[in-house]
Amino acid sequence: MEQWKEIAASSDFKRLVREKLRVVIPATLFFIIYYFALPVLVGYAPRLMQRRVIGNVNLAYLFALSQFFVAWGIAGLYLRAAARLDVLAKKITDRQAKP
Amino acid sequence: MTALVMFLIFVGATLVITYWAAQRSTGTAAYFAANRQITAWQNGFAVAGDYMSAASFLGIAGIIAFQGYDGFMYSVGWLVAYLTVLLIVAEPLRNAGKYTMADVLAYRLNPRPVRAMASLSTLIVSTFYMIAQMVGAGALVSVLLKGIGYNTAVTGVGILMVVYVVFGGMLATTWVQITKAILLMGGTMVLSFLVLAHFGFSLSNFFDAVGQVTYTENGQKVVRDFMQPGLRFKPPYGALDLISLGMALIFGTAGLPHILVRFYTVPDARTARISVVWAMALIGVFYLMTTFLGFGAATIVGRDTIAVNGGTNMSAPLLAKSLGGEVFFGFISAIAFATILAVVAGLTISASTSFAHDFYTNVMHHGREPKPGQEVRVARMAAFVVGAVAIAVAIVLGPTANVAFLVALAFAVAASANLPVIVFSLFWRRFNTTGAVAGLGTGLAASLALILISPSIMGADRALFPLENPGILSIPLGFLGAVLGTLLTREPAAEVKFDELLVRANTGLGAEPAGPLKG
Repeated sequence: MEQWKEIAASSDFKRLVREKLRVVIPATLFFIIYYFALPVLVGYAPRLMQRRVIGNVNLAYLFALSQFFVAWGIAGLYLRAAARLDVLAKKITDRQAKP
Repeated sequence: MTALVMFLIFVGATLVITYWAAQRSTGTAAYFAANRQITAWQNGFAVAGDYMSAASFLGIAGIIAFQGYDGFMYSVGWLVAYLTVLLIVAEPLRNAGKYTMADVLAYRLNPRPVRAMASLSTLIVSTFYMIAQMVGAGALVSVLLKGIGYNTAVTGVGILMVVYVVFGGMLATTWVQITKAILLMGGTMVLSFLVLAHFGFSLSNFFDAVGQVTYTENGQKVVRDFMQPGLRFKPPYGALDLISLGMALIFGTAGLPHILVRFYTVPDARTARISVVWAMALIGVFYLMTTFLGFGAATIVGRDTIAVNGGTNMSAPLLAKSLGGEVFFGFISAIAFATILAVVAGLTISASTSFAHDFYTNVMHHGREPKPGQEVRVARMAAFVVGAVAIAVAIVLGPTANVAFLVALAFAVAASANLPVIVFSLFWRRFNTTGAVAGLGTGLAASLALILISPSIMGADRALFPLENPGILSIPLGFLGAVLGTLLTREPAAEVKFDELLVRANTGLGAEPAGPLKG
């Protein structure tokens, strides 16, 4: 019990949590806003969304398509950030492994 | 005929996998979590396999073929939802849990009430999801293989899934899922390629054709632009329903028990993370291709032809028939059937694991197995019961049951009941047992009640709640229940233990290790 409290209070752990939230919170907010912009615009601004951009392909379809690439992009950026967080976490776990 | 032969080949292969897995898995961690030896790409395929159910392959292709752009909105939500899994749920779950979703929820709370509610929620979500798949399978088979009736088909699916789960456990279920995911991706790619070839590999020809889809409506020939939104989600409530559906998908996926248990089958949180990205790559490519499947069926086969040959769900198989002939039709139908079989097995193992681990061991026996190996024995019996119940309910509902609302219900229940409690237990120190039970209870009750008074059940004219999907109201209610329950009481022990959960979830200290598989 005491051991967990000690780790939780350590500066290394606090830094890990801070850095992690600095990645996860903006990423989550961004994808939620970007995603819900699609049904909101399609539902409440149909005129705008029906505008044709290339041939018969309209804004609604391109916006929907962009969601796929944005989701993959966020996942890729998160993988990179998480590799950095792994280093911070390993510092903490290594110290615990030593007697 | 071809469909039957190809399907029998798949069944044979999966039974070999089950036999191989049964030889290899002994012990509790092996049965419930494949000894946590599944690699990142394998788990990515298995997660994708669990997710790309009959609703995706048959359902979305059908909705796009009949209602154009609006159907594609399902595809988008189903992929983006994985960001919630990746960013918030997958890694802490692997680090702090053992076999079920409830492991993390009950970690710092009073385990018995929390596990009982979580297990109930798991069983409800899995059962609705599963019955939808079984009804789909039965309907598919009775159209495809004339002579095999709906009841026989449903019973066959039920027996096979029980065999996989009872004898092969998580290892067999995972490999059945991987095999099916590879087949499904392959089949969908060939089908998309044939659609493009049909339009001379010109995307502009393809989209021009989609702009002028001809079909009969109320006895009149009409021409519609299927690229335009609004064919399904119409005023006055269409926009709200679209947002509600989006909420159920985005917040529900991270609360689906059969997806969450997959993260216990990998060695560590890092592998869990990479496996989500694998799954996102597969799921994304698959749902992008639903454009070609759905629009292809609308333009090449046509709504009128599909409507008289088995209805919306047959869009993708009928497209295969018109582009690749009988053999390809058989191949695609066999894949559709394999998809259902694998998803149903995945649902059965997560439901029976939750019953055995959460309810039997932890609620009834205070966390100690009465005899070693008893938990696995109970899980095997539970799989039998789950299979029997699913067969019975699917037969009672019959092939004409509207299955779409069952799947929507599963997502909405998962989003309203499970997700708020998962998020609060990981991120909110003050969160406590009353909050968890209230959150799970409110989420379950609100989503179930709103579905009961929705147009899907009561009919469009008499519905008390105008939306098909309850998410927009029931998800906030689930969060609200959890917050109010928490604020009503104080639980110092839960707050003290938050440090432990926080450290474990974020560093992987004390996480369940991967065990060796017997050679």
